[in-house]
Formats: sequence, C-alpha cells, structure tokens
Amino acid sequence: MSVSTERTISVTVNGVPRETTVPVRRLLSDALRHDLELTGTHVGCEHGVCGACTVLVDGQPVRSCLVLAVQVDGKAVTTVEGLARDDGRGGEVLHPVQTAFRECHALQCGFCTPGFLMTMAAGLEARDQSTEITEDEVDEIVGGNLCRCTGYANIKKACRHAAGLMREEAQ
Amino acid sequence: MKPAPFGYADPTSLDEALSVLESEGESAKVMAGGQSLLPLLSMRLASPTTLVDINRVPGLDAVVVGDDGVRVGALVRHVGLLHHAGAAAVQPLLARATANVAHPAIRNRGTTVGSIAHADPSGEMTSVLALTGGSVTVATPAGSSAVDWADFFIGPLETSVHGPAVVIDAFFPALPARTGTAFEEISRRKGDYAVCGAGVTVTLDHDSRVTSARASYISVGLVPEVHDLTEAVVGQSADTADWAAAGALARTLVDPDGDLHASADYRRLLVGVLTERTLARAAQEAQNR
Repeated sequence: MSVSTERTISVTVNGVPRETTVPVRRLLSDALRHDLELTGTHVGCEHGVCGACTVLVDGQPVRSCLVLAVQVDGKAVTTVEGLARDDGRGGEVLHPVQTAFRECHALQCGFCTPGFLMTMAAGLEARDQSTEITEDEVDEIVGGNLCRCTGYANIKKACRHAAGLMREEAQ
Repeated sequence: MKPAPFGYADPTSLDEALSVLESEGESAKVMAGGQSLLPLLSMRLASPTTLVDINRVPGLDAVVVGDDGVRVGALVRHVGLLHHAGAAAVQPLLARATANVAHPAIRNRGTTVGSIAHADPSGEMTSVLALTGGSVTVATPAGSSAVDWADFFIGPLETSVHGPAVVIDAFFPALPARTGTAFEEISRRKGDYAVCGAGVTVTLDHDSRVTSARASYISVGLVPEVHDLTEAVVGQSADTADWAAAGALARTLVDPDGDLHASADYRRLLVGVLTERTLARAAQEAQNR
C-alpha cells in the first residue's frame, strides 16, 4: 500500500465528468473552487460549523470543507451551479428552492445562500411529498446553516414555500 | 484553515490498513467519517503525518441486530442508525441519541464508531456506549479483541488504544425487559454541541415499581460515566416516583466544568432538570415494554 501526497481524481460534477490532480490535503471545497473553478460553493468557517460550503455527494448533503477531494474520487458531486434544471428547450429553470428564495427575499448578502440552497433542496427532496411540512422539519433542515444577515425568518419562509412548490410538482 | 501536509492511504482491506498503520508509526491517524478529525486538521490542532482512510475497507458498514444487542460497523454513518427500525427495537437509545448528533449534513458523513473512537465528552454516542454497558472491537496486527467501554475511555479525546489499531465496531447490548429509555439535550442552537445532555434507563418490576434508574451525561465530566440513581426512587411507583429526588442526587454525583457557554453550576443545574424529566419519560415507556 503506497502512501501518496498527490492524487489524480475523477469526479462527476453537476453531471460533467471531470479529472484533476490535487494534493491529498486539498479540501473538497477548495478543489471545487480552485481546481474546477466552480466558485458558487462558498467557504465560510472552514471547520464544519457554518454550512456555507454544503454540496451534494451522491445526492446527500455534506459539508465540502469536511471532506477531502481525494475522498470523492469516483463519486458524483452537485454544487449550486448544478441546481437549476434543464427546461427542455436548451435553457434552465430555477429549482423550487431558488424560486422560493427569490420570492421570499430569503437572502441579503448572499454568502450563505449556496449552502442553504443545497441543504434545503436535498432535505425537501427527501421528505414525504404527501404531507405538509412542519415547523420541526423546517428547523431540522435549516438548523445546520448559519446566516448573519437575515435573522432566518425569511429563510424559513422560503423553506415552507419551496416545500409547497415541490408538493404541487409531485401531485 | 488548511490542513498541514500529510500522506494519504486508502487501503482496501483491514490487513492492509493495519500494515500501513504499522509502517507509518504513531503519528498516523485512522479516518472514517472525518467530521471531527478534519476540523482538528484544518485548525492544526492535529497534524498526523499520514491519514489512513478506511472508507474503502469492505465489511465495516453493517448494522447487525441480534437478540443480545446491536453491532455497529466502523463505517456506519449516524444517519444509518437514525433510521434503523430493527436496531431501535432492540436498543432504542441508538436512534434517540443519534437524532441529537449535529445536523443532517454531518450525520450523512460522520460515523457512530468514529465518534466513539474520538472520545469527545460532548459526543452523544460515547455516553450511549457507557449507559448500555457496551464495548468496542479493536483490530491490531496481532488480532482482534473486545474492549469494555469502562476500559476504553481514558480522558477527553483519549482512549486506551495505541499503536497500529482500528476500532472496527461497537456493540450496544439490548435493552432489558421492563426497561424504558429517554434522551434529551439542551443546546444553544438546534443540532449544536450540547451544553448538557442526559441519557437514562429505568427498569420496573411487575408491579411497576422502580428497580433501577441510571443516567449518563453529555458535556459533563472528562470521560463518559454511568451514575446509578436507583437509591433515590427504589420501590416507588413509576407514576408517582420522586424523580426530583433522583435529579438532586445526580447533581451531587457529577463534576462538570465551566466554559464560555455555561458555568459549572449551570451545567449541574441542567443535570438535575434533565434527569428529572428524562427519568419520568423513561418510566412511562418501561410500563409498556
């Protein structure tokens, strides 16, 4: 078994196969921003507290500052750049959580927004769409992300609104 | 806030993992979920020369439920226990405590066994291992052996395991008959580290009188401990027992530290409050088991 200090990894990012060579200590958050030039993922605290860097790995939300880039070799990563959906006419439509953030004024400076969007999209997609979302569910979904501007009221409102939009879509 | 340089190995068998650990020496570190380790690396509170990532080692990702208890493999994520109905039926504290571990994004990645091996006194699963009388299996190049929880935790972030070794699973014994459990935390924000937490078990006889009441606390003391509170409520009816007396007893048994978020006195107060609340709930549950 060899111990390496640099590795070449293959990752599917937002549906596109990418290959890059990184030092093994490179955090996924930095690999996305520096090596793959996807700067939508924001880096806040860099020790797993703020949630700004949340991305999906194989569909599950994780904090990209708490994962090494080498650990996603062979996996699929979705960042905020991959959240909007194909509209079938060569363009894109916003994901319901993005629509809800816009309609509910759920962002001010926008720094924490990518993390909230990814966390919320995954949290809402995983829930049972036949039931109305509860306050406890909203707290559970957004609880791991920090926002220093909004006071959370509009973020939680957007979460409820997005849940409603996704329920309508599911029906 | 970047980790210091290190070497990385991702072995594909346990033997290979142990042999890398042996050749790299004491400053090599095992990584499973990395949710506690990577912050330590980024803040440079730890700088191992080599990280041995065990995520590609097969056979460590199983939750094995038996009549005698639940065996949790080293790669089982918190989320895997949170939604495991079979495990919850045999030992309800597993799902109850896991629900208090951080946030979904952390639970998707962090492992239960990893948090036990990390031995943080503010971790939930260390206390659950203690309260259930559990053990861990430690694999070394010389073979595997079970280590009882009481012999495992030495101090904050310190266990009795040294040298080339991987904690490959944790075993949580089944909940005995006529026994109920409860788990509750007080934290400053939902999912944040507990200022204080309590896990308890209450056992009743067939007349619904208390025969045992035990508690283990989170963020209180340097290592997980189990406190026997039976003497405060023994023989009393589950419906009318003096749980406040048990809470008062608990406050005399613990030795919490103060920090930025809570003084030692406030933590001691919370121990009393949480003990009273959780014991009452556990006793109600015990009547139906």
